[in-house]
This record gives sequence, C-alpha cells and structure tokens, in this order.
Amino acid sequence: MRDFEYSRAESLDGAAGQLGDGASIIAGGTNLLDLMKIQVMVPGRLVDISRLEDLKGISEHGDGLRIGALVTNSELAADARVRSGWPLLSRAILAGASAQIRNKATTGGNLLQRTRCPYFYDTAMACNKRTPGEGCAAQGGVGRMLAIFGTSEHCLAAHPSDMAVALTALAAEVEIRAADGGIRLVPVRELYRLPGDRPDLETVLGAGEIITAVRLPAPRPQTRQVYKKVRDRASYAFALVSVAVAVEMKDERIASVSLACGGVAPCPWTNPEAEQALIGAAPGDDAFATAADALVAQASCHPDTEFKIPLLRRTLIAALREATGLADSAAANPTTRTPA
Amino acid sequence: MTKTFRMDEAQPRLLDETGQGIIGAPLDRPEGPKKVSGRAAYAADGMPDNAAHGVLVRATIPRGRITGIDTASVAETPGLLGVFHGPRFIRNPAQGMAGEAPVQPGDEVHYHGQPIALVVAESFEAARDAAQRLVVSYDADANVDTDPAKTDALEKGDPETAGDFEAAFSKADVTLDRAYSTPPHAAAAMEPHAALAEWEGETLTLRGAQQMLKTNRLELADAVGIDPENVRILSPYIGGGFGSKLGIGPEAVSAALAARELRRPVRVVMARQTVFDAVLRRTETTQRLRLGADRSGRLLALSHDDRVTNLQDEGFAEPVSQASQFLYGAEGLSFAQTLARVSRTPSGSVRAPGEAVGMLALEQAMDELAEMLGMCPVELRLKNLPEKNPMTGQPFSATRLADCLRDGAERFGWKDRKPVGTRRDGEWYVGMGMASAARSNMLIESAARVRLSAEGAVVETDMTDIGTGTYAILGQIAAEMLGLPVEKVEVRLGDTRFPAAAGSGGSFGASSAGSATFLAAKAIRETLAERMGCEPSDLTLQNGMARGGNREVPLSELIDAELVEEASVEAGDTSESHFSSGFGAHFAEVAVHAYTGEVRVRRMLGVMAMGRILNEKTARSQALGGMIWGVGSALTEEMAHDPRTGHMVTRDLANYHVPAHADVPGDMTVVFLEERDDMANPIQTKGIGELGISGAGAAILNAVRNACGARIYDMPATPDRVIAAMDAAGY
Repeated sequence: MRDFEYSRAESLDGAAGQLGDGASIIAGGTNLLDLMKIQVMVPGRLVDISRLEDLKGISEHGDGLRIGALVTNSELAADARVRSGWPLLSRAILAGASAQIRNKATTGGNLLQRTRCPYFYDTAMACNKRTPGEGCAAQGGVGRMLAIFGTSEHCLAAHPSDMAVALTALAAEVEIRAADGGIRLVPVRELYRLPGDRPDLETVLGAGEIITAVRLPAPRPQTRQVYKKVRDRASYAFALVSVAVAVEMKDERIASVSLACGGVAPCPWTNPEAEQALIGAAPGDDAFATAADALVAQASCHPDTEFKIPLLRRTLIAALREATGLADSAAANPTTRTPA
Repeated sequence: MTKTFRMDEAQPRLLDETGQGIIGAPLDRPEGPKKVSGRAAYAADGMPDNAAHGVLVRATIPRGRITGIDTASVAETPGLLGVFHGPRFIRNPAQGMAGEAPVQPGDEVHYHGQPIALVVAESFEAARDAAQRLVVSYDADANVDTDPAKTDALEKGDPETAGDFEAAFSKADVTLDRAYSTPPHAAAAMEPHAALAEWEGETLTLRGAQQMLKTNRLELADAVGIDPENVRILSPYIGGGFGSKLGIGPEAVSAALAARELRRPVRVVMARQTVFDAVLRRTETTQRLRLGADRSGRLLALSHDDRVTNLQDEGFAEPVSQASQFLYGAEGLSFAQTLARVSRTPSGSVRAPGEAVGMLALEQAMDELAEMLGMCPVELRLKNLPEKNPMTGQPFSATRLADCLRDGAERFGWKDRKPVGTRRDGEWYVGMGMASAARSNMLIESAARVRLSAEGAVVETDMTDIGTGTYAILGQIAAEMLGLPVEKVEVRLGDTRFPAAAGSGGSFGASSAGSATFLAAKAIRETLAERMGCEPSDLTLQNGMARGGNREVPLSELIDAELVEEASVEAGDTSESHFSSGFGAHFAEVAVHAYTGEVRVRRMLGVMAMGRILNEKTARSQALGGMIWGVGSALTEEMAHDPRTGHMVTRDLANYHVPAHADVPGDMTVVFLEERDDMANPIQTKGIGELGISGAGAAILNAVRNACGARIYDMPATPDRVIAAMDAAGY
C-alpha cells in the first residue's frame, strides 16, 4: 500500500475543496481499501466524508424519498418506507455483498464501485481502465463476469452494482454537488459513461463533484416489483445476470413496465424496445419471449459470456412471470428455511 | 524407550473394554474456546518486537529466465531491509511427505505467479508496496505450454488392468461411454500460509502453518542447507489445510533465508492472491468412463481413464480413478492416466485427491447406467459390490457399504423419488440423487509420548490439528486408557521436539497418531498393572481409580515419579493382506429453477461406516465439512487460468466460489454405522476427513438430473451449464 494523506472533511464545501489531483473520497471504503491494498488504486489523499451529517439519513421528498449518500446499504434495505414502496430496491441491495459489507457500504459508494473484471484487479495484466492506453487483457482472456452490452474493443468490463440496477428501474436520480456548489440531478442510468476509447472515465462526475444523495420518485401505484439475480452461488457473488422489473397491470394486461439489467453492461442496462414489446400484452411466456428477444438483440459476446444471452432471456422471463403473478416463486423458494 | 509396534495382525478391541467410557463421546474440542476468543496463537499471530515483514514477489511471465532484479527500483522504500532471492528459494511448496526441498529453480521461471523474491521492510505496508513496484526483467521463452488442451508434453501411463476390459465391454448388453471434466480446485483454507522464522546461532525456529512437521523439518533444512537437527518447527494451530499445507512452502523458506541474513526474525504472510498463485492446487481433469453391464445390471466392464496436469518435475499426479479401482467389481477393469505438463501453478493434494473428482464422474456414470437399465441406482450399486478388491484380490478389512446404501435409502425416503422432470414446486424442479462414498484408508508411521503423574496425563507428539479435533481425540484416547476424566489430560501438539507422527493428511492422522497415543498409554497401563500385581487384562482404570487383583487404589498412589512411555506404530502385514477403506452412501435432494438453472440443495444425508468413531462431534463436523465441499465441487468451485499465460485469474475468495452459507442446506444429516476395522490399526479406526466429500457432489448432480433432466458432464453445475443441459435434454 502506498502512503497517502488522510483528511476528515468537516463540511461538504471543505470536502470539495480538498478534492483534486490524486485525491479520492472515502466513505465506507469497502471497495476502495481493497483496491488500495493491491495498488490498483493509489490515491495520494483520502478525503473522509463519513462524518458529514448532511449526507446522512433518508427523508421524504414530495411523494418520493431522498436518500443521503452516506446512508448505508443495510439502513436503506431495512427502511420501512423503502420496503413497502420500493421493495425492488431492498431486494436488490440484500442480493449483494454480505451483511458485514452492507453495514459499511454507502449509497454513494455503491454507485461508484469499480468493476470486478479480474484483469482490472491484476496489475500484471493490461487494463485500459487502470492505465489508459495499456490495452485490454480481457480480450482473448477468460471472463464469465464480463459485459455483453455497451462494451468496446478497449474494455469489456461490467458494472457490479445490484443497487444501481434497481435504482435505474425505479427511475431514481443522483443528486450531485457541482464544483461551484450548485446541485444538479442526473438519472442513475446516465451517471455512467460507456467505455468507448476511455474506459478509465466511468461516470459523468466532473472534477470536484460529489454525490450527495439519490432521489427516488414515488412508485407508480399498483406496480409489482421484482429483482431477480442469478449468480454462481446462492449468496455473496456478483450477478452473472440480474433483472429489475416494475410492472403495472390494468385489466389483466401490462399497462407499463420499467426494466433494467445488471451483470451485462458497464452500467445498469436498459432497453426501451423490450419494454415497448410488453406494453398492452397479456402476460405469458410468449409475450415475455418477444421482449426477451428484443432485449438480447444487440448483445456482443466474449466467448466466455455467450451463455449470458440465453440466461438473460430466461431470467427476464422468470422475473416477468413473478411480476405478473404467473409464478409465486418466493413461496416455493427452497432457500427459505424453516427454523428447526 | 520407544516401543515400536508393527501392525501385522488384528489386535484386541481394548477400547471396547476400558472403563472410562469416553471413546466416541461427542466432547467439545478443548482448544475451542481459545480459538473463538482469539487466544490460540496461529503462525502469524506472534510478532516479536524486532521482527521484520516480508512480502513475496511473483513472476509475471509463464516461463523463462530472470535477467535482473532491480533493487534500486525500491531503494527509496522507507524502512527497506532488503530484497532477497537466490538459489535456495523454492519454486512452490513441497508435495506432501516429500521430505526434501522442492525444486529450487535459481533464475528460472516455470509458471506465472512463481515466488521469485522476498522484499523485507520494517513495516508490512512498505514491504507490500516495494514488492508491488520491484522491477524485474526477464528473458521470456516463446511457445510455452500453458494450455492443457493444447500441450504435446504428455506422459502416458500404461493402463492398470484386471481381466480383459475390451472383451468384457464388447459383450455387454448395455454400454455407456462418457467424457467428463472438472476444473482446478483450490484448498481455500481460511488461514493464509504464514511463517515466522527466527535464528539463534545455527538453530532455526519456524512458526508455521504446516500439516506434517516430520517431513516439513527435512524439507526446510534441505532447502536452507542446514542439518535437520538444527530446525525446530512449531505449528500448534492451523487455520485449515485441506492439503495445501502438507509441504514446506515459499513463505517459510524465504522467511528463514531472510532472517538468517538480517539476524532478526522475519514474518511472511501470503496475501490471498499469493495463496492462489503459488500454493499447490488440484489439477483440472478430463475423464472418460466406460461401463458395460448385462441386462440384469451386473457390471461386466469398467474403465476409468483420466488426464491431469502438473508442472515439470513435480512427481504428483491426481489419482483420479483411485476409488473406481475397488468400489465395484467387473470381469474387465482398466484404468489409464495421462499427465500433461503445463506451465501453471503446480498441482498437489487437495481434499481427497482422486476421489473428490474421480467419483464425480464414476458415480454420475453409474447413475446414468442405472437409468439405461431401468434400474434403481441403489439397486445397481448393491448388485455390484465386490467380495474382494477387484484389482488386487485383497479381502476388505471391514465394509458396510451395503448397509450404508440400504440404511440411507430408508432414512432419506428414497422410495418417494419420482421419474425425471416430474416433480415441481412452483418454478422449481425437485429431484433426488444418490452416490456411493469410498476413500481408502492408511496407517502411517507415528510416535507419541504419554506422561502420567499424580496430577494427570500429558500427550506429546508433533502431530498437528488443522481444525479437525486432534487435541480432542488424543486426549480422549489417553484419558480412556488411563482412566482419567478428559480434563486431566493435556495434549501438546505441533512441535518437532515431540515424537514424530504422521501429520494431518490423507485422513490418516487420527488413526496413526491415535494408535501411537494408545500404545504409549497401553505401556503405562502395563506398568500400573505390575504395580497392582495383576495382569494388564485384569486392570480397570476409571476416574483416577485403579482396580485389579481384588483391590482398588487411587491411581496417584501407584505413581511415585512420573511414568513416561513413548510408542510408535507402523503399517505391517495387514496392509498387504487386507484392503481398508471407509465407505458410505450420500443422498441429496435439490431444486432447480426451471428458467434460470439455479440449483439449490434442499437436504443431504450421508450414512457412513468409518471404523471406530473416536469423537462423535468432531467426526460429524468432518463429515459435514466434506459434504459441503461436495456441494462446492458439484455446484460452485472453479479456478480459472488464462490459457494464454497460464496465470491464475480467480485469485481471491470473491472469484473462487466456495459454498456460502446459503448454498448449504439447513437439513444435513450424518449417520455413522457402528464398525470396527480390526485390520486397520490397533484402535480399529478409519480415516474420516475425506470420506464426506467422496461421492457427495455426484449425489447432488444425480439429483439435478432427476429434477430437471440435465446431466452435467462438465463441472461445476453453474446456471449456464444447467440451462444448456436442460435445453439439450428437452426440459
């Protein structure tokens, strides 16, 4: 680990003032510290914002919620308002990491976590995200966790967050303190840049900008929300694919649908054609398959991720079955234990 | 005086006669409270004030020569004490029981990830940073064999055979010919490999995480170039081994070399990534199973061929077909192995080498054969249990496999198993599967010393406890033999100054070190009998009282000065005349999501006959742990290497998926059937540690087939493979 300066911010303005070349904000540190230990990230200064009261707490904001950037993943998932109005968000958060990590990880940090591409993690391997222009060792390498949408020849990495996928399906916005002290709002989906030829530039955050909160709009009435995550073990693994879906039914037909996918792109992946294919449809595997076809139409796979096309199709169908009441898989979920 | 006992014939079942009554009792591990409260000092826990920190540097080419290590590149490191490398550095850990230094490659690099230098500094952080920044130049070889699928460097062994396989196979009514593959596995012990080396004059003391001290001492001495008499290794607590700590490793040798030069203690703890890069792993395998049977289900032909890998100069090859060679009988048997040489982290023993992967294939093949025959898989196995080891002709020393199969089927509700793909629970297919379990048993030369004083008894041996319960069982054996409450026995382990035992490995530790402890205590009993004026067979020792020759006296009255006996045991004629193995039967029920292919194990049952059980609780924990590894091998565990460089891609426990709690069913049952193996050793025990994994994964995969039609020939059964197999099977 490299030596670094550490300062504890006393105010948001103060924190912003300390940001600059080689500085990084630290809050929960659940991702940053790991990356510093293996020297994938070597910030010269850490600006600790974890004591800024302004960034804490969940408050009601119109019919929606304002979630402070420092709200922990555990706190957010357990919030009674979230559980009843935006259960998708609770489920997505609880599908990620472990209880210990969720206790420490924050809302803002979760959005900004780095990819889990193993070539990014290994400093002996070329990675354009780590060192621009170095090349991408994942091309031609191995990687079942790589993305199938939105990639470029320079980067195949997927964004690992579950929470961001749910927030995208829920049309949440990121509240950002601009360098000039003003506030701007960016939809979660648009927080992320696609890699193009600069995979190191991951978000639209500018120099000196700090995420202060996430704003969650009121849920549409009568929507059923489902988060379905498929991974290589039952817990504590990143998504191979995940699907967040909120479906509104009217007269036994789908009136509106909001959809986002995880584990498949450098950002929460959305697809308006797939959503459109469902509007007005009567729930059923045929209608869902049409949407699934639209969803995977633009996929571009590394040889190790070709499975994600059928798996994403099937996961979308399974999620839609749950969201439209065709399946009540929670009731039969074999991981639900009966206490002895 | 050491009494050496050779196991040439069956011994009386003395532990069934003794009076204390604690053999087999489910006693807690005496060191448990220390471990859960952080007071058990593991190798890295002791850090003398003047100790320095060492961090290993890895090679980043697959193969070639180091042309320069530029120490100037880290010269500015605060508190830097040195960059160490040289001809005594070892390439990788020694294989289990090697007893000599592993390859010392000098300036050669044989695999990406090979430890090539040690950076030592006053602080751990500085050493780690310097290790990361150290500039190393190489002359890299072109055209390196890093991909087992492409290499031509093949060593083909002659098939081991009995009868005429081809003839038997050709006349069979029903035949099966299948290819399987398993990925490399990591031991994935919780404690990373660690060493603290300290010199006093010519004498080296190493606190390490080592499973087999007797040979570790020889390996370390040979690597460093000193007399083994001048090496002491301490390894009282080990945070899991699973084979990965059988031999001395680069952390220990580099710490010893640096400490000698610096004249101060040096501690080296491998980063988790280094553990993945540089500790022996389980090989990837490809396997071919050919089974031939007549219409009644009698096996006529059985062949199990495999291809495994290892690095050049490593003598180990995963014994994939080990259990296939004795589990079932057939007229024609054939087993051939091919070893491919690749530049990858070398392979070695990882939890049940052989059975853990070989039985995944064998027992899936048996399940498929049963289906082809229209037979119950339990019945097929019962029909083919051999009278004797079919390859060697040796009678089995003790086998209750048939009982395990029948008892397990009854307890599990096997008769309720439904046809393939017909049982649903919401969106989940549900199915049942089973498999036999087998793991051959050994007795390895071991010694132990038992001291008895008026205060109680002490057991001393260099045997280790890798978290499995050695402290508990050796204490129980001594307490039982000497008629003492177990609290009155102190067990001291993991110090090369104590009599040398087998160490922990191959499931032979408890039987071997336990027999030595038994024999030493038995010698004390003989002295006590003499003092009582009775025959040893008439002596009863219980709760500190001695009875015999019509009198009863407190034990303390018989002991003027401390009684000390040392005994050793070694395998003898019975290991030739008989074949000893643990046997069992695994049953599993799984649910498979019809859309996503996720597999959830709902319940598991293992019914096992493992000889005399010394401690019902630690034995059960061992069996459960093995079954959980079975879940891992069937469903989640997979190391990935980049075929271009051979380097390890899954270098941490976020990417290498051991089963998490949610993968382990709440309903896991282990049943031990009463058994004594008279030919195995003087205490009639068998190895326990590895039987639990052997076959467990196959039971799960067979249940997957029963649930949803998917047969998984390439393991593990991750969702992508399950949906592909469901599609292929038309479900």
